[in-house]
Amino acid sequence: MSQQKDITISVLKFNPRDKESHPKFVEYTLQETPGMTLFIALSKIRQEMDPDLAFDFVCRAGICGSCAMVVNGKPTLACRTLIANYPDGKLQLMPMPAFELIKDLSVNTGKWMDNMSNRVESWIVDNEKEIDITKIEEKMEPKIAEEIFELDRCIECGICVASCGTALMRPNFVGAVGLNRVARFQMDPRDKRTDEDFYDLVGDDDGIFGCMSLLACEDHCPKNLPLQNKIAYMRRKLVSVK
Amino acid sequence: MKITYCDALIIGGGLAGLRASVATQKKGLNTIVLSLVPVKRSHSAAAQGGMQASLANSKMSKGDNEDIHFSDTVKGSDWGCDQEVARMFVHTAPKAIRELSAWGVPWTRVQEGSREAVINAKRTTIVEDKERHGLIMSRDFGGTKKWRTCYTSDATGHTMLFSVANEALKHKVDIRDRKEAISLIHENQRCYGAIVRDLITGELEAYIAKGTCVATGGYGRIYKQTTNAVICEGMGAAIALETGVATLGNMEAVQFHPTPIVPSGILLTEGCRGDGGILRDVDGHRFMPDYEPEKKELASRDVVSRRMIEHIRNGKGVPSAYGDHIWLDISILGREHIEKNLRDVQEICKVFNGIDPADEGPKGWVPVLPMQHYSMGGIRTKKTGESQKLHGLFACGEAACWDMHGFNRLGGNSVSETVVAGMIIGNYFADYCLENDLDIKTQTIEACLNKESDKIDKLLALDGKEDIFAIKNTMQNLMDQKVGIFRDGENLSQAVDELQELLKKTNNITVKSKSRAGNPELEEAYRVPKMLKLALCIAKGAEQRTESRGAHYREDFLKRDDKNWLKRTLTHWANEEDSLPTITYEELDIMNMEMPPAFRGYGAKGMIIENELSAQRQEEVDDIKEKMDDEGKDRHEIQDALMQFDLPMNYREKNERVGE
Repeated sequence: MSQQKDITISVLKFNPRDKESHPKFVEYTLQETPGMTLFIALSKIRQEMDPDLAFDFVCRAGICGSCAMVVNGKPTLACRTLIANYPDGKLQLMPMPAFELIKDLSVNTGKWMDNMSNRVESWIVDNEKEIDITKIEEKMEPKIAEEIFELDRCIECGICVASCGTALMRPNFVGAVGLNRVARFQMDPRDKRTDEDFYDLVGDDDGIFGCMSLLACEDHCPKNLPLQNKIAYMRRKLVSVK
Repeated sequence: MKITYCDALIIGGGLAGLRASVATQKKGLNTIVLSLVPVKRSHSAAAQGGMQASLANSKMSKGDNEDIHFSDTVKGSDWGCDQEVARMFVHTAPKAIRELSAWGVPWTRVQEGSREAVINAKRTTIVEDKERHGLIMSRDFGGTKKWRTCYTSDATGHTMLFSVANEALKHKVDIRDRKEAISLIHENQRCYGAIVRDLITGELEAYIAKGTCVATGGYGRIYKQTTNAVICEGMGAAIALETGVATLGNMEAVQFHPTPIVPSGILLTEGCRGDGGILRDVDGHRFMPDYEPEKKELASRDVVSRRMIEHIRNGKGVPSAYGDHIWLDISILGREHIEKNLRDVQEICKVFNGIDPADEGPKGWVPVLPMQHYSMGGIRTKKTGESQKLHGLFACGEAACWDMHGFNRLGGNSVSETVVAGMIIGNYFADYCLENDLDIKTQTIEACLNKESDKIDKLLALDGKEDIFAIKNTMQNLMDQKVGIFRDGENLSQAVDELQELLKKTNNITVKSKSRAGNPELEEAYRVPKMLKLALCIAKGAEQRTESRGAHYREDFLKRDDKNWLKRTLTHWANEEDSLPTITYEELDIMNMEMPPAFRGYGAKGMIIENELSAQRQEEVDDIKEKMDDEGKDRHEIQDALMQFDLPMNYREKNERVGE
């Protein structure tokens, strides 16, 4: 653990709902405490210096995906950002691009993700088969369950979207998060959709063919999801759909 | 005035609320779910280790059934639970998990053949049958006779929440996030919806519904040291309390989890110990077998947490800058196991503490200390989930005191309760909404809305010297110190006084920014008084309960007192200007229990003040069992003769199991 030191956190503040508000950086200086994360630092700033500062935290444990923001130019989960990893004690925070700004560091990822989920039909499509829940469940190969889980680990934090060159140029791009969801259901034996069905959902430039393979999504994904691999796989699958 | 009408209003978008929304939507009701945050960010996502359901698929869960799950749950509750509700729960849990499987949860599956496991710190080989290959797998958890906790690595809540949230989207449930219910609309003992604040625009709106269901989770943030997410401030329970009509149940029953990591308080799942992890002291000694020779690290949470503090008090804690702690050692499980089944735990230890728990020896040991984790108390309901006092108000999940947990909840039973209650209560709630009409005047609605709007104006106009953040901090520290794991009359009485003082101080604050929108301090200013009211319910209930039961432990009343305290605490806030809750009690009827009070099988022995009815009922139960056994009746018929219970839909049907 590094020595305790004074740190400076510079935050881009802006309230788009307030006509008098203009985007500006505001600096806060405070003392680092052992094990301090951006969750701890920002909570302290709000309590002691600026009760008006807006940001989003829920689990503060890297599980819920609420707190993604741009820290020194890179999108990341603020709750898992340790101040000690910034030896010069200078952090610049900005809200994630590509999402509607609510205020300061708070962006509307929820709305974006709901749209994405509806668009890729992010659920098991089994043609309304009624299962009898009093009966023993259908078996599944343990290996397949593990592979699905691997992709199901996505927390929809939005970092892949904020990192994405295509998403910045094409506002309707479904993002790595959406393509990962498609890959997840494509491999799930419970889902009865065919490759043609998935093509109908994402077989265009706002979907699988929009990806320019810059792969900042994978570089920044806090869950280390195999996005490169899965996007390439889905593209190979869907390019062959007639 | 903005009014939104719907058939069914659900406040809270975690697992319980979302599952209930699928139930109402499927019955043709126009349903709205309100949530503080995007629903997939709800605290349900943080449930790590798994969900209890007696599927009996894997080797170590063979022979498991509803009866054993029921018995574990009742013992876990220290006989504080409603046994009919516990029966409803254990009977529906297998159906819930099978439904979730169909909805896409990638449950970890049974792999045929042999595998290594660590049991009681020894490597053991377990062989799974070929015929069970591919069925849903389970792991061990505390306070259970069988390995019953089904899981997806250690991200179970996350995969469940995503599946249920997406299922709700599929059924076109109207989900609205960043909306906060700040009061319930009610008239003549009936609830008609809520006054809701938009957390983006600050606008107040009225949501009017035939029925309202609160599923807002627990109130862990009343404490400083808690595993709970920052949104777990108990607002659902608080607005129910503020109706002056609805009651809260067993608020003093607060669970402390043995293994949150120090100092952040982030939870490390019970699965760590379920999978074979052990607790060590300053000397590296595994101390739990000294205290609990039978269940060791896997006694119930209340017992393990107390034993840890007891051991620290005996001078065996590990000193650190944050006070004494205990070590959790999962390195003995091996790297391969950890990287597959305890992945998030490893990630948390690495990111927040710079420790890789898979490293062998002391290097991989992780500092842990018991902290607040779960609220057994909540809105007191009937078996249908409806408030006993306020018609049309339902509650499910952690926000409710439906009461399957009594004074201590078993690990794996809460995430299970969320979906099970969402199914059962969701359907009863839907029936209520189908059977009842709206008969509230817009004048009444307007009056409710104006009242809340005036309150906000008043808060913004306050010009006092107190700071709302400081009041909140004082409350949280106070609850840790005086209403924590070990309690006594003197500290509890001080806590009650100090909390009343703090509640007064909230009238003497200044909110610096005067904006009605995007003003975090304003949010604290209207939430903290509500939190203080809940804290007072906890502290006052704890002060009056002069016994030790489950997680409620009084050092001045060490015994569980079945003679005088086999009752549920009911709390309500009689008048708005009161500074204390009004407390009454609801008796538990031993003569209707399927399992009359007895020793739990763990914790200290000889610490019960017996109720004479316990032995009498036990005799009755034994006679019925013996007689029916002789007549060749099966376990279902015997259970039915001992205590009856009802369920909606087809949930009362038997659960199929391999080889049963």
